[in-house]
Amino acid sequence: MGVLLETIQTLQIGQVAMWIIGGILIYLAIKKDMEPTLLLPMGFGAILVNLPESGAKAVIDRLFEIGVENNELMPLILFIGIGAMIDFEPLLTNPKLMIFGAAAQFGIFFTLSLASLFGFELHDAASIAIIGAADGPTSIFVAQQLNSNYVAAIMVAAYSYMALVPIVQPPIIKLCTTKKERMIRMKNVNRKVSKTTKILFPIVVTIIVGLVAPDAVALIGFLMFGNLIRECGVLNSLSETAQNVLANLITIFLGITIASRMVAAEFLQFETLLIMGLGLVAFIFDTFAGVMLAKIINIFSKEKINPMIGATGISAFPMSARVVHKMGREEDPQNFLLMHAIGVNVSGQIASVIAGGLILAFVA
Amino acid sequence: MIDFAAFLNSLPIMGKGMLGIFIVTGVIILTVYLLNYFTNKTKKED
Repeated sequence: MGVLLETIQTLQIGQVAMWIIGGILIYLAIKKDMEPTLLLPMGFGAILVNLPESGAKAVIDRLFEIGVENNELMPLILFIGIGAMIDFEPLLTNPKLMIFGAAAQFGIFFTLSLASLFGFELHDAASIAIIGAADGPTSIFVAQQLNSNYVAAIMVAAYSYMALVPIVQPPIIKLCTTKKERMIRMKNVNRKVSKTTKILFPIVVTIIVGLVAPDAVALIGFLMFGNLIRECGVLNSLSETAQNVLANLITIFLGITIASRMVAAEFLQFETLLIMGLGLVAFIFDTFAGVMLAKIINIFSKEKINPMIGATGISAFPMSARVVHKMGREEDPQNFLLMHAIGVNVSGQIASVIAGGLILAFVA
Repeated sequence: MIDFAAFLNSLPIMGKGMLGIFIVTGVIILTVYLLNYFTNKTKKED
């Protein structure tokens, strides 16, 4: 009884607030199905590390030290699994769609400037901006490499907005397009992609990105390694393991490990709210830029592009592509945009890593 | 709180970043076209 009273006396209001935040994350994960694989471990971890004199804190800190702080091992290994999950065929069939993946990274750079305007140090501004990559592992990697003070807030924002893509993107897309534009049908490209191309693609992209942004070579390299395992055709069992067991194992630990940075004193700051707001701005401007590029191309091109597919250039894969496909069907039930949208969406995965590498090259 | 000088200093990063990403993407697009061209050509010859 005495121990209980002593412990309760050391309890701080901030810790209770973090329990509530942890509870909200768990609620969103279970009830709203928002990125449950990460929000649930993060929510539980937030409660765990904010118990008075928490004995778990040292263990989770150690996990953070091994898995994130030292060479960003966990996000990199997770990228092998993600690479093994991605089928680049829709992109290889119609490579010019990749230009939208590039355009949709505008939100990152715009947010970097905006965060600088709000007084964040350049390394923190760049780490916050990378929320716009819509890619958890890239966000952790960049924020950690830049030694940001806001890794936890960045992670919560990145994964929350990834889950909120179906809510965030449609109004922006509708604001930027007319009904007529949303009804544009696109021809299917029936080009065959050879197995050799599929095998060479991950190798070539790794070399190109590695030469331009050496700091991002670990990210792109691990992503493309996973994809090579998938496409080579002789490592099916490894590919399946990477897609399922490996990705799941890392995800279990990643969420709870990130929670080590959700200690009340570090997390409950005005800056956390500002970071959440800036993350939203990054997503909005990613979407805006992708759509606007498609509209600009349509001015000059005979073959019209449905501008909505520009919005899928963010790397929230495959959610963004599904959202746009659904929006297309709402305007015209016979319109089938999925393959085009998926092509742009996977290009966003590559483009976000390139953007992360360029940010590291400019800021680190 | 508002640091306009830092904002102005960050603008070149935005410009260079977007330019860089379009250049790299352009190179990848070109490479994929070449890969498709050569690998399909080899297939036809076979």
